[in-house]
Amino acid sequence: MDILGSFALLLAFLVAVYAFAAGIAGILTRRALLTKSARHAGMAVFGLVTLAVAALEYFFFTDNFSLAYVAAHSNSALPGFYKFAALWAGQEGSLLWWSWLLSIYAFLALFLNRKRHPELMPWVGVTLAGVQIFFLTLNNFVSNPFHVFASADMAGIFHMARLSEGSGLNPLLQYPEMVIHPPMLYLGYTGFTVPFAFAMAALLARYPGEKWIHITRRWTMVAWCFQTVGVLLGAHWAYAVLGWGGYWEWDPVENAALLPWITGTAFLHSVMMQEKRGMMKVWNVWLVFSTFMLCILGTFLTRAGIVSSVHAFAESSIGAWFVGFLAIVLVVCLAAWWKNRDYLRSDNQLDSLVSRESSFLFNNLILLAACFAVLWGTLFPVLSEWVTGSKISVGPPFFNKVNIPIALFLLLLTGVGPLLAWRKTSYDALKRNFAWPLAGGLVSGAIAFAFGYRNFYALMCLILSVFVALTIAAEFFRGARVIAAREGVNLLTAVGTLTMRNTRRYGGYIVHFGMVLIFIGISGQAFNKDIQQNLSPGQSLSIGPFTIVCQNYDQVQNDNYQSERATLEVFRKGKSEMMLYPERRFFNASQVTETIVAVESSPLRDLYVVYAGRSPDTNQPVVHAYLNPLVKWIWFGGIVVVLGTGLAMIPDRRPALVLRAVSEKSWDGALAPAPGALPATAPARGPSRSILRKSEGEE
Amino acid sequence: MKGRGKFLVGSAIIVVTLISLAYVGYTQSKTYYHTISELSSLHGTARRQRMRVSGNVQAGSISHVDGRVDFVLEENGQDLPVSYVGTDPLPDTFKDGAQALVEGRLNSQGRFVAELVQAKCASKYEASPVPGAAPANPAAGSGKS
Repeated sequence: MDILGSFALLLAFLVAVYAFAAGIAGILTRRALLTKSARHAGMAVFGLVTLAVAALEYFFFTDNFSLAYVAAHSNSALPGFYKFAALWAGQEGSLLWWSWLLSIYAFLALFLNRKRHPELMPWVGVTLAGVQIFFLTLNNFVSNPFHVFASADMAGIFHMARLSEGSGLNPLLQYPEMVIHPPMLYLGYTGFTVPFAFAMAALLARYPGEKWIHITRRWTMVAWCFQTVGVLLGAHWAYAVLGWGGYWEWDPVENAALLPWITGTAFLHSVMMQEKRGMMKVWNVWLVFSTFMLCILGTFLTRAGIVSSVHAFAESSIGAWFVGFLAIVLVVCLAAWWKNRDYLRSDNQLDSLVSRESSFLFNNLILLAACFAVLWGTLFPVLSEWVTGSKISVGPPFFNKVNIPIALFLLLLTGVGPLLAWRKTSYDALKRNFAWPLAGGLVSGAIAFAFGYRNFYALMCLILSVFVALTIAAEFFRGARVIAAREGVNLLTAVGTLTMRNTRRYGGYIVHFGMVLIFIGISGQAFNKDIQQNLSPGQSLSIGPFTIVCQNYDQVQNDNYQSERATLEVFRKGKSEMMLYPERRFFNASQVTETIVAVESSPLRDLYVVYAGRSPDTNQPVVHAYLNPLVKWIWFGGIVVVLGTGLAMIPDRRPALVLRAVSEKSWDGALAPAPGALPATAPARGPSRSILRKSEGEE
Repeated sequence: MKGRGKFLVGSAIIVVTLISLAYVGYTQSKTYYHTISELSSLHGTARRQRMRVSGNVQAGSISHVDGRVDFVLEENGQDLPVSYVGTDPLPDTFKDGAQALVEGRLNSQGRFVAELVQAKCASKYEASPVPGAAPANPAAGSGKS
């Protein structure tokens, strides 16, 4: 099977090279048959990499420790669930996993568009093949997962060796979420390759209009959605497993996943400028390019081992390959842009500061600022060593100082932006759209202030969150009321009808609402409490309204680990509320101890208890308890974001009559001249239809 | 002023604000990486900065003193006495011979006062083949995925 796997991998590399070369030849010679064979080769890569992945999984499931990779990341006592996930536990396997996910995307992109966009697709195929060649080079020649153990005998002949037992999976990864978190994140990382390939292809082929944006909108949203889920699952894993009471520490690995998410978010917003107003063409192309490059950088930071060591940023052999590839991508991007820059000339100019355009510009500006700050902070040790010779790292205070104001400004734009009109918004429209939500926000802020909440950022976050939630609710209400009146249905049905008629807009609002929930959850951090103390049986500690009484410590054992477990009873106002069992597990195969956190989660607060070990002075058990308000809102908000994104990908259900139903008012209310007109609006296009038409129908 | 001009002014304000915030955050949290041998050559402010030092825990050097843990880090024959004064229990991987990373400041006697200690057993997750057999490509990479 190892022969089969490595042979399939090698063949995949050759086929990708063929797809690349034949694709270029097909474009140059305009021979349809050559182009077709290049496309088929691009799709065949998928089958071959699948074979390699299946072969490697076969080794994991049969406990065959003749492969170095399997021996290093599995053992026979490991539950089957984790044997599957052990595939991406190390560098070689996760790079193979990257290749495989990319080959799925490439296959789908080529297959679904096989009869469409004949001018564009050959270039898309070439770009995808180019990226595949890089990863398959790593898989085959740099970081091959199919290396076997062998030893030479006296005569110098190598004999295969097979270990009787593997050294086990890193216990930190033995957690159910680790089975889905890496695939999600990698589906995000790899997924951005498709919009990148289309953008590059459109630029090189000088493909007319904004078609590439329409084609890639869903692809981008799929990748963005996976990236969002990946980042949140990672945060949740850190929270539930690492046992330090938080979910985000601006660790390089976390930052690496966040960076493409930020530029991807900027891209999803700024494409609307291009679709509707023909602006920011250069910007959009570069946003996709940067997102892709940040995905590569993210994979590099995560997987090249440069951050896994306690010596953050240690040397790594694979680093040079990634740096080289990034340099090639950058040069290709620059060249493609420079050669075709006239094709990207803007059709329009910014008319007013208070307009949808400028809200998008600000949105992009500060997302980019956030991206830059995070990137700068992450790479600072490397950069400072280059420039000054001494390695300097920056910690969470740096990231928080910059990113909290940015995040709050973004939150404000989330509420304001969607309700501003294109080109220019009148004062009346501002007042009509924002007076009530703003009042609601301020009132809730005042109430919180009266109850003693004085943290500035948390208060701002609350005010803005209520404001945004109310603007979103008002949008649904206004639209639904019109439909309810006209079609004689109740308001709830009308909300459904409204949403399905413009899924992109209302799905977007739901995503925004999910983000509001996440923001509220994060703002809870301002009120975190924690206490650490020795806790022998019979002793107790108090945190917030809770008193934790230690009952005893006991031992649990199985094949995989031995564990020491604390039994804690939690009292609230003198009444027993629950039992918590934080543990410390010693894993037999890897000889490592890990903490198993006990969390009692409610919408208002999490009680998070860690059995931290024994005190070095007294040898008494130490318990660290945290009270983290509102954390659950983050995970719930994540679910809402995913649902909203899914909704925005469904095609609109649009009855013909809506198109001519509302003519006196524009859908965003601001272009209508008539004062005192009905404030109600419907999701139909008004006077600016000629500008807006592009957004309808397609995708 | 046209929309474009106002936008540029607004952007400039935002960018300047963010840069100043970034600078404040940077001065609050910057930490220098040094090797043990570099420490003796530091002078003035460079010696008072917050820093990170790594090395191996000298065998037999760990001693629990009231309220703190003393040990010696060594690297390339150079020694650094360290006092850990943090509140968190030391990691289980912290034992004789382990690779450790300490974060804190040097005191006037040249002793390193650490608030944070991270440790990792040397080559913990690397494949350990049967005697005589060598992995063709030792698998590296541990820690977070």
